[in-house]
Amino acid sequence: MVKIIYVEHNGARHPVDVPEGENLMEGAVQNNVPGIDGDCGGNAACATCHCYIPEQWEALTGERSELEESMLELADTAKPNSRLACQIKAAPALDGMEVLMPATQH
Amino acid sequence: MATQLKDTRITQSLPQGSVSWPLPPRVRPDLPNHDKATLEAYLATAPLDEVDIADPLWWETDTHWVYFKRLREEAPVFFTSQNSNRHRGFWNVTRWNDVMAVDTNHQVFSSEATLGGITLFDMDPDFIMPMFIAMDPPKHDVQRKAVNPIVSGQNLASYEELIRSRTCEVLDSLPRGDAFDWVDKVSIELTSRMLATLFGWPQERRRMLTYWSDVSTSDPELPGNPGKEERQGILLGMLQEFTMLWNERVNAEPTGDLVSMLAHNPATRNMPPMEFMGNLVLLIVGGNDTTRNSISGGLYFLNKNPGEYAKLKADHGLVENMVSEIIRYQTPLAHMRRTALQDTVLNGQLIHKGDKVVMWYSSANRDDSVLDRPDEFIIDRPRARQHMSFGFGIHRCVGNRLAELQLKILWEEILKRFDHIEVLEEPERVPSAFVKGYKKMMVRIPA
Repeated sequence: MVKIIYVEHNGARHPVDVPEGENLMEGAVQNNVPGIDGDCGGNAACATCHCYIPEQWEALTGERSELEESMLELADTAKPNSRLACQIKAAPALDGMEVLMPATQH
Repeated sequence: MATQLKDTRITQSLPQGSVSWPLPPRVRPDLPNHDKATLEAYLATAPLDEVDIADPLWWETDTHWVYFKRLREEAPVFFTSQNSNRHRGFWNVTRWNDVMAVDTNHQVFSSEATLGGITLFDMDPDFIMPMFIAMDPPKHDVQRKAVNPIVSGQNLASYEELIRSRTCEVLDSLPRGDAFDWVDKVSIELTSRMLATLFGWPQERRRMLTYWSDVSTSDPELPGNPGKEERQGILLGMLQEFTMLWNERVNAEPTGDLVSMLAHNPATRNMPPMEFMGNLVLLIVGGNDTTRNSISGGLYFLNKNPGEYAKLKADHGLVENMVSEIIRYQTPLAHMRRTALQDTVLNGQLIHKGDKVVMWYSSANRDDSVLDRPDEFIIDRPRARQHMSFGFGIHRCVGNRLAELQLKILWEEILKRFDHIEVLEEPERVPSAFVKGYKKMMVRIPA
């Protein structure tokens, strides 16, 4: 299990144990974490699991795919550290990572 | 001889394999009548390649389901050549995963207007309306971003109170004990008011927006609809009216409505007239037909599924989940179309460069290899948000959150007021393979 702390826009924290190998959108949706929808089921095709990754963890979460890049490009709350949670898999190196959420998912 | 040479040259100057207007007569199966049972029995056994599912007949009668189920099972990526002298032939993509594969691959599957655009029937080559849904990156991205802020989370929060007060007003004005048309009095009324607000359009003339929306998606061949040239004239009239608004707003302070946003954004402020018109059509249809038909559909489905209606009455907290289920079950736009930019293979089928590829959202939303009991309307369905109706990838519906908000408020307010709303007879459906909706639905609210 990998401990991921989902942080809502209002600061509410939701620590969740995500099974290794599962993506962080599933980790949130399966544990009823509010603020992550995952409408497309994990295909980087809807941007409803948009999140921000704190700087110290960024390098460990890998690169954005081309589609993920395209989808984030269209999200109006995107920042340089934006990611789609469905494109990040839980791994031991991410244990303790905070995932910050935007005010709304579009 | 000279005449023949001239004809050949004209043909070569047109897009490859384009059809000519007026369209040749449509081939239809020779059936004793067009009753629902007869049509369904035919679709259940007809050779797959004998059926032209683009025929409005299957949509007006709501019989297409039988054929799509067969395609999903027997030929999930299937080329329709029946009536190809009318539509050039097209690939039907019917399963969830295949639709997802096309929708997320905009590099291969283009939305470009000049290649035909995003609906099964090509845009008229002599009346191309560029609009951002019918563009590929990078132009698509900058134009979409110009209008995106109007449906941002922050903006929606500012609309919520207005939407609720209007919804209350419309619901409180409904007759009790008398039959009335829900489509006209509720679905069209609410969506046209919202649309007028989004455009900064005069409320008292809001039904013009509904009219233009209907005209722009109407089939010019059907009796009663404006013909091809008349339709173009009506849309040019719309352009003229909106150009006046544009001229007022382009030199004024931004007012936050769509016309002002387009006039002030560097990505859209120098659009040619046809492109302005195209984007107007897109935003009017997108904000109108879709939500309108989900408003009608929701009430219809609850009436067809009394157990679900009872569940809802017992637990108003189900509204939000139900809204997603309504949108899935209705699928207000039955398809989106792409054009292949190169030869490509999709689920074992070779698709050639230039081929039309039709993603049937209405079929993917009923794919039982991905969804549990997809033919059932289940308001507390787990993960109801996972549906195809908004599309996926870069062209995903920009107004999805607004649509959900409108429907959520409507059902919250209905439940506060009415114990029951009874659908009195089968609704009249729109004869279209694109806009999947209702023309008329008679209902009664008990006195």
